[in-house]
Amino acid sequence: MFQYTIRRLISTIPVLFGISLMLFFLLRALPGDPAQVIAGELATQQEVELIRQQLGLDEPVYVQYAKFLGRLVRFDLGISVRTQYPVIQEIAPRLLNTLILAVAATLLACLLGIPAGIVAAVKPYTTMDMVVTALALFGMSMPAFWLGLMLIIIFSVKLKLLPVGGSGGFVYLILPAVTLAASLVAVVARNTRSAMMEVLAQDYITTARSKGVREKMVILRHGLKNSFIPVITVIGLQFGTMLGGTVLTETVFAWPGLGRLLISSILARDYPVIQGAILIFALLFVLTNIVVDVLYAYFDPKVRYD
Amino acid sequence: MNSEQLLSIQDLKVRFKSFEGVVSAVDGVDLNIAPGETVGLVGESGCGKSVTALSILRLLPKRSTLMEGNIHFSGMNMLTADEEALLKIRGNSISMIFQEPMTSLNPVMTIGDQIAEVFVLHQNLTWNQGREKAVEMLERVQIPSPNARSRDYPHRLSGGMRQRAMIAMALSCQPTLLLADEPTTALDVTIQAQIMDLMLRLKEKLNTAILIITHDLGLIAETVSRVIVMYAGQIVEEAPVGDLFKEPLHPYTRGLMGSVPKLGQKFKGGPSQLDEIKGVVPSLLNLPAGCRFNPRCPLAIAKCREQTPGMVRIGRQRQVRCWLVGGAK
Amino acid sequence: MIDDKAAIASTRKGNSREFSHLRTGISKFLRNKAACFGGVLIFIFIISSLLAPVLFSKDPNAQDIRHALEPPSLKQPLGTDELGRSILARIIFGGRISLAISLSSVALALLIGVPFGLVSGYFGGKIDFIIQRFTDVMLSFPPFLLALALVSVLGVGLKNTIISVGIAGLPHTIRITRGCVLSIREQVYVEAARAVGTRDRIILFRHILPNVMVPIIVNATLFFGMAIIFAAGLGFLGVGVQPPNPEWGTMLGSGRSLLFAAPHVATFPGIAIFLAVLGFNLLGDGLRDALDPRLGYE
Repeated sequence: MFQYTIRRLISTIPVLFGISLMLFFLLRALPGDPAQVIAGELATQQEVELIRQQLGLDEPVYVQYAKFLGRLVRFDLGISVRTQYPVIQEIAPRLLNTLILAVAATLLACLLGIPAGIVAAVKPYTTMDMVVTALALFGMSMPAFWLGLMLIIIFSVKLKLLPVGGSGGFVYLILPAVTLAASLVAVVARNTRSAMMEVLAQDYITTARSKGVREKMVILRHGLKNSFIPVITVIGLQFGTMLGGTVLTETVFAWPGLGRLLISSILARDYPVIQGAILIFALLFVLTNIVVDVLYAYFDPKVRYD
Repeated sequence: MNSEQLLSIQDLKVRFKSFEGVVSAVDGVDLNIAPGETVGLVGESGCGKSVTALSILRLLPKRSTLMEGNIHFSGMNMLTADEEALLKIRGNSISMIFQEPMTSLNPVMTIGDQIAEVFVLHQNLTWNQGREKAVEMLERVQIPSPNARSRDYPHRLSGGMRQRAMIAMALSCQPTLLLADEPTTALDVTIQAQIMDLMLRLKEKLNTAILIITHDLGLIAETVSRVIVMYAGQIVEEAPVGDLFKEPLHPYTRGLMGSVPKLGQKFKGGPSQLDEIKGVVPSLLNLPAGCRFNPRCPLAIAKCREQTPGMVRIGRQRQVRCWLVGGAK
Repeated sequence: MIDDKAAIASTRKGNSREFSHLRTGISKFLRNKAACFGGVLIFIFIISSLLAPVLFSKDPNAQDIRHALEPPSLKQPLGTDELGRSILARIIFGGRISLAISLSSVALALLIGVPFGLVSGYFGGKIDFIIQRFTDVMLSFPPFLLALALVSVLGVGLKNTIISVGIAGLPHTIRITRGCVLSIREQVYVEAARAVGTRDRIILFRHILPNVMVPIIVNATLFFGMAIIFAAGLGFLGVGVQPPNPEWGTMLGSGRSLLFAAPHVATFPGIAIFLAVLGFNLLGDGLRDALDPRLGYE
């Protein structure tokens, strides 16, 4: 298991290189002088010149990339054009907020989605199953930012139960987490249902029943762990989609996270922060995929021993 | 007669509600097994033999299955028994072995835990005690280094080893009846003999009755005392194994035997070389009129196409469903 | 049990399996009420987009401040926005924009992604390795963020929204196509074609492409829904289609500051997005169940 984790970590190195290459060219794809772009439109000639030297724009591209990589490894992501603070200082506190939101939404999605999927799979084509299936389709088709606005209208404007937005305690987390979780709940429920239905048709389920195992335990002891294997992969993939969704949800609820920082930086053309925020999002997603693979190995003994 | 039988099935009918209508998978099956007896249930794929076995344990999907008739086991009516009573019987006094050792074991549970589960369920042992018992059972089915194997997951074991583990699991509670559904079909020929041998030796020790379900007449020739042949959901012939092999009465049984290679043996009135039964098993949705075997029967007469034959008793121990047998011509 | 089930299943399938496949697919689809409902939603979406100029003679961007923020009434079924514009008219005209964006970005993803996936899966080796590492990197960005990153470089507007959303859907298109090619490449008929020396180009277009069409079409249908949500998301954030164009996401964005005063401004464009996406999702699910024989059980 430990070995497997290490091997999985090593296998991401090429992807990390690719990500750094893309971010490197992100700024260079912009029209105009990269130094000017990074320094911002209001920078003085001296500041631009300083950055030009830092980037080594006179040197060959591969030297520039090597320097860029060197700075990345030291977590030196440059200086924010807007605030003049190091980008990493801008990002760190917001990353924590985004993680809180994402983890809360994932937990919520699993707590609601997995039981709903099981219930639907155990009694397929009944009213209960139809309700779960229909709700899942609605959840998948609903734009999260609109759902967020509707929740604000209902719970903040009309019922005055929860704050419109901002941060500072659990009550501020509820609406953003529900909003972000909505499509994930739907995907988890749908996939748990289909995975569980497939598992329940397997021979070993008949074996378990023939042993005198209670139907409840057939599902929980023999079915659940097997059906987790495909569901985990989907949750991992959807986690990425959800990370993208944080930009919208955080904007709706004025949640001080990384997504809101990214969009405000895009609107202000603060490229060092844009680069940094996208890098962190990509790293977070890569890390999630590793966690998913390790969990996968935990649930599937075939992978573990390979 | 009922009282001395371990299992007694009368006029069992099983129908499935499907997309295209109701399918009759088993149609009027009578079957008796005495304590300690070994009976073979023979037929092609789809003839209803597996469905019969699963209905004994009431393991068919409840919502899509219609069951009629009677199944009595040790004096208990299995068709009217409640779920609690069935749970106590399954894996305890009746257990089952399936065809596919590759897919019949839970891939994410160790072999030891899967066997231990039976002890936990039926003998009130703790999981740890169950695991110790599991190692003992693995040893009894002659799995080498049983201690280490009990901690392995199924994919680490060969097909033969898995089937031994299945047997260990099935015999854990010393059942009075073992339903073995094609227990060796998926295995290599050399392993087949070993597994049959193992099953029969353990059966002798525990005095377990066995219903062996197979499409392979050769497999059961030397192991069972009585053979029941099924075709398209009905029993077509029942006979002591010696009589059946000496003189198969139903044309279908003769066909089945023609499909089995035998060294230097000729069947009376049957084909003398390896032969196949022409045609295919009829669709259960669209059964032929008259005798269900008539479209494939080399001896069919007009009556076979019009009237359905009943079971006719021949001598003391034989029965057959054919217009051409028993002077009914 | 297993063999009996298989027997029942095989009798059910009938004999002329190959020929009846498409027909059973269609009849299965028509029996699927949810999928038909999805089809109806999409039909309404397309027709209303096409007929928008006929239905509304007035310019949907024309302002009428005197009638600003009116709640829904008989005259204005969905009310008016902060500049007195009819929300119903703007939603219907906005459908044209959403339809154009989703069509173009799906086309973009297919035109680039399918050939790359075909080549990658069919030829394997070095070219496969390069294409796959490239998609790996693209897949390591959450899709919506990929679109955002591209917009931050390309700038806002309709054209850049299309390019960004299309490219965000590219890596999945390549992966799905490649996966299908890999499974079909091993089929006997492809091996046979290769054994008799058929040209790669002919094998690719005559044998492989028709067989990967079904999964590609199913996924493209689902991608339509995603493209609409992505484009609306960009519009909502202010980096997509720009006002005064009546793009649904952009309309939602401007309704956001009016949640207290006029909640209907943000409500209706969202319902439009929801219905359009739901339509594509239902249609995609229905197509998959009907056309993919592997998943066609009920």
